[in-house]
Amino acid sequence: MLRNALIAAGVTAALLATGPASAAEKKVIAVSIPAADHGWTAGVVYHANAAAKEINKAFPGIEVIVKTSPSASAQVSAIEDMSATRKMDALVILPHSSEELTTPVKTIKEKGTFITVVDRGLNDPHIQDLYVAGDNIAVGFNTAKFLVEKMGGKGNLVVLRGIPTVIDDERIKGFQDGIKGSDLKILDIQYANWNSDEAFKLMQDYLAKYPQIDAVWANDDDMLLGVLEAIKQSGRKDIKFALGGNGMKEIIEKVKAGDAMTPVETPYPPSMIKTAIYLTAAHFAGHAPVRGALKLDAPLITKDNAEEYYFPDSPF
Amino acid sequence: MADVAAAPPRAQHNWSIGWGDAGPFLALAALVAIGYLINPDFLSANNIANVVTRSAFIAIIAIGATFVISSGGLDLSVGSMAAFITGVMILFMNTVAPSVGTAAIPLGMAVALVTGIACGLLNGTIVTVGRIEPFIATLGTMGIFRALITYMTDGGTVAIDRSLRDAYRPVYFGDVLGVPIPILVSLAVALVAAYVLYRTRYGRRCVAVGANEDVARYSGISVTRIRITAYVIQGACVAIAAICYVPRLGAATPTTGLLWELQVITAVVIGGTALRGGRGRVWGTVAGAVILEFIANLMVLSDFVSEYLVAAVQGVIIIIAMLIQRMSKR
Repeated sequence: MLRNALIAAGVTAALLATGPASAAEKKVIAVSIPAADHGWTAGVVYHANAAAKEINKAFPGIEVIVKTSPSASAQVSAIEDMSATRKMDALVILPHSSEELTTPVKTIKEKGTFITVVDRGLNDPHIQDLYVAGDNIAVGFNTAKFLVEKMGGKGNLVVLRGIPTVIDDERIKGFQDGIKGSDLKILDIQYANWNSDEAFKLMQDYLAKYPQIDAVWANDDDMLLGVLEAIKQSGRKDIKFALGGNGMKEIIEKVKAGDAMTPVETPYPPSMIKTAIYLTAAHFAGHAPVRGALKLDAPLITKDNAEEYYFPDSPF
Repeated sequence: MADVAAAPPRAQHNWSIGWGDAGPFLALAALVAIGYLINPDFLSANNIANVVTRSAFIAIIAIGATFVISSGGLDLSVGSMAAFITGVMILFMNTVAPSVGTAAIPLGMAVALVTGIACGLLNGTIVTVGRIEPFIATLGTMGIFRALITYMTDGGTVAIDRSLRDAYRPVYFGDVLGVPIPILVSLAVALVAAYVLYRTRYGRRCVAVGANEDVARYSGISVTRIRITAYVIQGACVAIAAICYVPRLGAATPTTGLLWELQVITAVVIGGTALRGGRGRVWGTVAGAVILEFIANLMVLSDFVSEYLVAAVQGVIIIIAMLIQRMSKR
């Protein structure tokens, strides 16, 4: 929070220093994202700031401003304040929630601002000029397909879900579709709220309850960390695979090292915010047509392509 | 809660100790019996050891909270404080590890304790000297500690240095004569706390302040000092819990210790301590913490609760546990 305030202050100071004349000629891209309150959003903040720095350096005619907000209502205030106090040529927004942000973003759109929506869609898709998102269904589906193939189509699974949201539902649905038709059986599925501690406890309980577990899927890497610790403590040898999702750097490191239990990963990369900011910048700097929707694939990350998804300096 | 002046001073009847204090243990016994009926694996040595070990953090913090609550206070900041202390401890150990090696672990523990005591002192001072309602004061520090851990971790994870990982691991995963170390630590904390609360002058004054602040003041007790000390004990307990917690996952994140304050308060109240102050039960608190963890464990081990309804069933069981506790008191 403090740092965000400092960044905001820094941006303001920089603006004052450059003077109104030169600032007015620049195309301003405002980026509004959730504050870093867990691993994934921390990654979003990191990549947004990285993109802002790179683009501001590469294109003198563009200025990217990053603003983080801790809640949906704070995000509404933030974008209203930004649009009230300065010219905004584009808004790149990763909404806290679709419902609350739809009307405020629409108001900004009506002033002629280019709107890029990332990850969570708004309720009215006509508002957005560009939509960039990952594929949550593929996160579950591709993981399931990998397990079906590697386990010869049969075995006992346990699954850890996150927080009841559309994101979680889509991943679980993709996974269930992926194992359909095989003899892989989900013994149990429970919420662990995308939290490593809760996942640790839940995995201990799964291990106590089921004498034979062939594979575990935690639909997020924070939870996978807790799962791996519980398996290690139990000393059980029956678990062949423990997989996660999202692309946390600690897990990518395992994949790179050829870990036997976690040999693959599926990305839902927070770096998609960077993709969105670059595309929006291309609209102004490159005169390249970017209107449309871009759905990033969630291909299996293996030892061979892990480098592409590895960001050692990111907090996630 | 601070309006204890309106509550009539409640006498401590010696004869009521016995059945009255057995409530939480009866609830615990009932839960164990039900657990065994639902799934015999529940009573396997492994499962019991896992679950009781897991309850150690909440139990240790809740023992501290027993002092704060019985003295008429409240501390909502314990979860964030645990995360904050964890973060400070890990960052400190990682910094000194290259020069001092595994000696970083005992040094880190000392730093954690000092940090915890300082946090408790801060809470206690704001509540007493600042004369701010404990609910609001600790709601404020709860936000402060949570923001600090988020800031320290960049919103992500700070993990303990690999060179310390294996040396520190036994503090959570190790055992002495088959009893996991966190259980031994919480028993030791409970023993000391029970002695202080029941057998020392401080303990009696602590409860007296919670029962009736004005009467305590007129009898020459320094209410401010008693209350600050209670918060300091709370801070030290949170630090001890953090010391046991760090080796479990070896990392601190902004979601570490989230909502622990509510579990802690629930454990204390199930244990028989009066939420409005004036009555503290250390062993009841420990039983309360174990009950909470058993309930969560049973939700997974049983097959008939939908994953969507787990929280509702937990809520019902907590209320029933409270009722058993109440009825056994009459």
